[in-house]
Amino acid sequence: MAEQPQAIKPVIEFDDLSSKKSLRDLPWWFFALILIAIGVFVVISSNENYNDAFVFIKAGLAITIKTTLIAYVIAILFGLMAGLGRISKNVVINNLARLYVELIRGIPILVLIFFIAFVGVPVLVDLINNFGLWLSGLGLDFFGSIFMVITNQDISMNSRAIIALAVTYGAYLAEIFRAGIQSIAKGQMEAARSLGMSYGQSMRFVILPQAVRNVLPALGNDFVAMVKDSSLVSVLAVRDITQVARLYAGTTFRFRESYVTLAVLYLTMTVILSLLVQLLERRLRAHD
Amino acid sequence: MTEKDYIIVVKDLFKYFGEIKAVDGVSMNIEKGKVVVVIGPSGSGKSTLLRCINHLEEPSSGEVWIDGVKMTHAAKQLNEIRAEIGMVFQLFNLFPHLTVMDNVTLAQKVIRGRSKEEAEEVALNQLKRVGIPEKADAYPSNLSGGQQQRVAIARALAMNPKIMLFDEPTSALDPEMIKEVLDVMLDLAQEGMTMVCVSHEMGFVRSAADEVVFMDFGKVVEHTTPEGLFNNPQHDRTKLFLSQILEH
Repeated sequence: MAEQPQAIKPVIEFDDLSSKKSLRDLPWWFFALILIAIGVFVVISSNENYNDAFVFIKAGLAITIKTTLIAYVIAILFGLMAGLGRISKNVVINNLARLYVELIRGIPILVLIFFIAFVGVPVLVDLINNFGLWLSGLGLDFFGSIFMVITNQDISMNSRAIIALAVTYGAYLAEIFRAGIQSIAKGQMEAARSLGMSYGQSMRFVILPQAVRNVLPALGNDFVAMVKDSSLVSVLAVRDITQVARLYAGTTFRFRESYVTLAVLYLTMTVILSLLVQLLERRLRAHD
Repeated sequence: MTEKDYIIVVKDLFKYFGEIKAVDGVSMNIEKGKVVVVIGPSGSGKSTLLRCINHLEEPSSGEVWIDGVKMTHAAKQLNEIRAEIGMVFQLFNLFPHLTVMDNVTLAQKVIRGRSKEEAEEVALNQLKRVGIPEKADAYPSNLSGGQQQRVAIARALAMNPKIMLFDEPTSALDPEMIKEVLDVMLDLAQEGMTMVCVSHEMGFVRSAADEVVFMDFGKVVEHTTPEGLFNNPQHDRTKLFLSQILEH
């Protein structure tokens, strides 16, 4: 989630490698990580069982990546709206945003995934259907039927998984956006307003471009966290790499091969992504 | 004379921050083309008064009229009226993510609906006026304080405002940069711009001001001419303040 487990967040100081620092300061843990990765890949390519597991499990990669990407884009929208809501002077909007954030952050993600998939979505579909029924009752059959077409079965578990991840991460991203906006000096908003811009225009052209830039690394870190948390959607039988690995282990009884391969796949993704976040952070800092 | 005859009318203005009375019943009328300098000790409410004029601070009570239009409680017109009032801040408040050119063209494009070419032409003229057209492509962080403040003035002027407000425009500047900003302000005053400045630059008061307002504890103690202020201050509080700032 928002807090990153340190072990997976590589803080490699490239400067350390170039400058004459003692051996103590080298990122040994990172070399170890690379060694482990190379070792595992050698095993996977030479051992038939591992190779078999790898080929089987990597079939879930597309789902894992797709689920995470779509959910993240939606979460950014939710987060931005809720983040703006959190700083709104409108009491209703402000409290709604606060309610969303506190509600979501108070419930474990696994529970939220169950809840949204098996309670949230069906209830929402019921509400939409009932709205259609109500419209039909008013004699507006055509409009009513539009709302009654959708059924609970129409919404796949993959979609529910995406909705659940997006709603959950939206709450966490909201706090990142809020902090980012509040980190911009008050004078920026005042200068924009004094030029005749509305609150919305000032946000869009002056505050948000600066705020988003400031929180890009935090957004990147949460993306990495989301890649990991996407493994939880396997409980909905979504065939992501975790679910596929469980299936493979269950049918072949090769538990060791399954879960080593699974762990390595996640590690590869998160280490690469974390490195990209680091590079981004470095570039942003260089521009300051 | 009525509200319509003055470009700025402030009527019985009060501004509270919680228990603190920042502005305590101020009224003043300012004619078009006049340069008014507001002076006073820190915490006397002069900046708050200035910020109430363009409603960056909502007055607790009282009214502000701009060019015959009542601004207070005019929620819909507020942004339109603000576009007619340029403001220059103590800490410049340039937009750091935009180049100098984009700083000066942004509001022109968004508010005035000018095309990019049109806005850039206006911007370049204003940058020439403040003496730094060559910095158009620079970012604010690469400019000196004096240059940043001049860009801020150009940014405000590019909107063709009827009024310019200056909130301690030289207080955050190194001494050698104060003059370059004051020179720009002096030019502007001579061109007939209506200006309200909160400033402690007595040289500027002498050479440019038509009127001086001395404030203390949120009240206007004295509203006079520069000659009246320096040669014949009426109140003890004014005399004391002048003796303190003119001593060195």
